[in-house]
Amino acid sequence: MRRGATRHSLLVAGKSGRTVDELIQLLAGMGLPGLLAQAAGMLAVCAIIIGYIAVASMFMIWWERKISAHIQVRLGPMRVGGWHGWAQSIADGVKLLLKEDIVPTAADKLVFALAPIVVFATALATYVIIPFGPGLWTKNLNIGVLYYISISSLTVVGIIMAGWSSNNKYSVLGAMRSAAQAISYEVPLVVSVLGVIMVVGSLNMEAIVEYQSSRMWGFFPGHWLVWGQLVGFLVYFTAALAECNRLPFDIPEAESELVAGFHVEYSGIRFAMFFLAEYANMFVVSAIAVTMFLGGWKGPVLTLGFLSPGLAAKLWGLFWFLTKAYFLIFVMMWLRWTLARLRVDQLMHLGWKVLLPIAFLNLGFTGLFLILKDVWWGS
Amino acid sequence: MTAAQVLFYLLAAFTVALALMVVLAQNIVRAAVALIFSFCGLAGLYLLLDAEFLAAVQVLIYVGGITILLLFAILLTSRIAGKGVRVLNEQKLLSGLVAVVLVVLLGAAVRRGFPALAARPPQPENTPAIGELLMTTYALPFEAVSILLLVGMVGAIYLARKEPR
Repeated sequence: MRRGATRHSLLVAGKSGRTVDELIQLLAGMGLPGLLAQAAGMLAVCAIIIGYIAVASMFMIWWERKISAHIQVRLGPMRVGGWHGWAQSIADGVKLLLKEDIVPTAADKLVFALAPIVVFATALATYVIIPFGPGLWTKNLNIGVLYYISISSLTVVGIIMAGWSSNNKYSVLGAMRSAAQAISYEVPLVVSVLGVIMVVGSLNMEAIVEYQSSRMWGFFPGHWLVWGQLVGFLVYFTAALAECNRLPFDIPEAESELVAGFHVEYSGIRFAMFFLAEYANMFVVSAIAVTMFLGGWKGPVLTLGFLSPGLAAKLWGLFWFLTKAYFLIFVMMWLRWTLARLRVDQLMHLGWKVLLPIAFLNLGFTGLFLILKDVWWGS
Repeated sequence: MTAAQVLFYLLAAFTVALALMVVLAQNIVRAAVALIFSFCGLAGLYLLLDAEFLAAVQVLIYVGGITILLLFAILLTSRIAGKGVRVLNEQKLLSGLVAVVLVVLLGAAVRRGFPALAARPPQPENTPAIGELLMTTYALPFEAVSILLLVGMVGAIYLARKEPR
C-alpha cells in the first residue's frame, strides 16, 4: 500500500535521542555488566516515575482543594507550611501512612489486599508511553495509543476487586456502577481516538506529536489535531473524565449516596494508593489528550546560552508538555466543582445515545475526508 | 537459558497456575479474578512472540471487556459475596475423559510441530501488516465475523427488550 509505506518512513525518520537508552549506556559505561545496567536503568526510570506521581499527586490534591475553595468563596488550606498551606498534602500523606490498616473480618483478604495494588500498578503502567518531551519517554511503543487504551481498561478490574472483596453492600454497588460506566465509556473513548490515528496513520506517540509540529504563519499551531478533530477531542475528554471516575461521572464513589463506593472499607496506606492512582490517572488522561490533540511537547523553544541545543529542546519540551497537561487538569477540577453528578440512567444515556453516535459520525467523516483528499489532491 | 526463555517459563507457569485457579476455585468471583490475571499472562506470552498488537487487543477485549462483563453479571445475579454458588459439578468422570483426550490431541499436535508457523524474519511493525491483511486477503472472513457479531447483537437486544403488552 502506497500510503502505508510513506507512513512507515515517517516513523523511522522521527526517531530522536532516547533518554532511557542513554541512561542505560551511561550505566554500562561505568563498568556494570549489560543485563545489570539495563535492570538498574529500568529501576531508576521506574523510581523517577513513582517519585513524580507522588509529588505531582500531592501538588494536585493541594491545588484541587485550593480551586474548590476559591470556587466556593473559601480560602482552603492556609496554615500548614506557611504560604497558602502548601504543605497540607504532605501532612495528610504522613497521616495516612501512620493510620491503622483495617481489614474487615468478613472480607476476602487476598483480593482485598491485591485490589489497590492492581489499581495503582495500572496507573503506573500507563506512564510508560507518555512522551514528556523529545526523547523523554520510558518506551516509544509502536502501539502507543492502543497500549494506553488496553492498560487503562484494567483499572476497573481493581475497582471491582476492591468493591467485591470488602463484603459491603455499598462497595458492591459502587463496583457494579464502575463496571457499567467503564464498559459504556470505553467504546466512545476508543472510537474518538481512532480519528486521530486515521489522520496521522500511526499509533506511535512520537509520530502523532511530530505530525502536529508545523505551524501556520510562523506562530499559530494550526496543525494541532484539536482543530480538525474537535469533536473527537470533546468526546475523548468527556469519556476520559468518566474513565477517571471524576465528577460529573463519579457515581462509583458518590459520597452522598454510596458513602464512598468501592473504597468505603479501605483505610490508611491502602486508601492512599487509591487516592494516588486517581490523581495519577487524571494526569495520564490529560497527558494523552495533550499528545494526541494539543501538539504534545511542541511549543516555542528559546535557546539559552548556557544549555546545549539538545538539552534546551528537552527542557522546553517538558515545560510545554506539563503546562498543557496541567491546564487540562485545571479544566477537570473546574468541571468537578461546577457540575452536578449525573444519575445512573443519565450516565448510560449520555454514553450510549449521545457520545457513541457522535464518535461514530466523527470517525465516518474523518474517513470520508481522508479518501476525498486522496482523490482530489492525490498523495 | 536466555532471558526470553526465563521469561517464557515464568509467564507460562503464571498463566497455567491461574488457569488452574479458575477451574478449581470454590468462589466464582475469585475464579473470574484469576481468569483476568491468566489473560494478562497470555498477553505477556504474545509479547514474547513479538505480537504486540495481539497482546494489547487481548488485554483490551478479554480483560477490559469480556471479563468485566462476566464480573458484572456475577455481581448482578448471585448474592452479594458470590458464596454458596455451586462452581463444580458432579460429572468428574466425563470431564476427566475430555481433559485426557484434549491433552493427547494437543500433545500429538505439538509433537508433529507447526511447519506453517516457521520463524519469519521479525517485522518492525506488525499492526499495519495485520490491518492490510484483514482488508485484502482475509476480507471475507473479516466480514463474516462482523455479520456473526451483528447477529449476536440483534439476538441479545431481542432477548433483553421488554415484551410488548
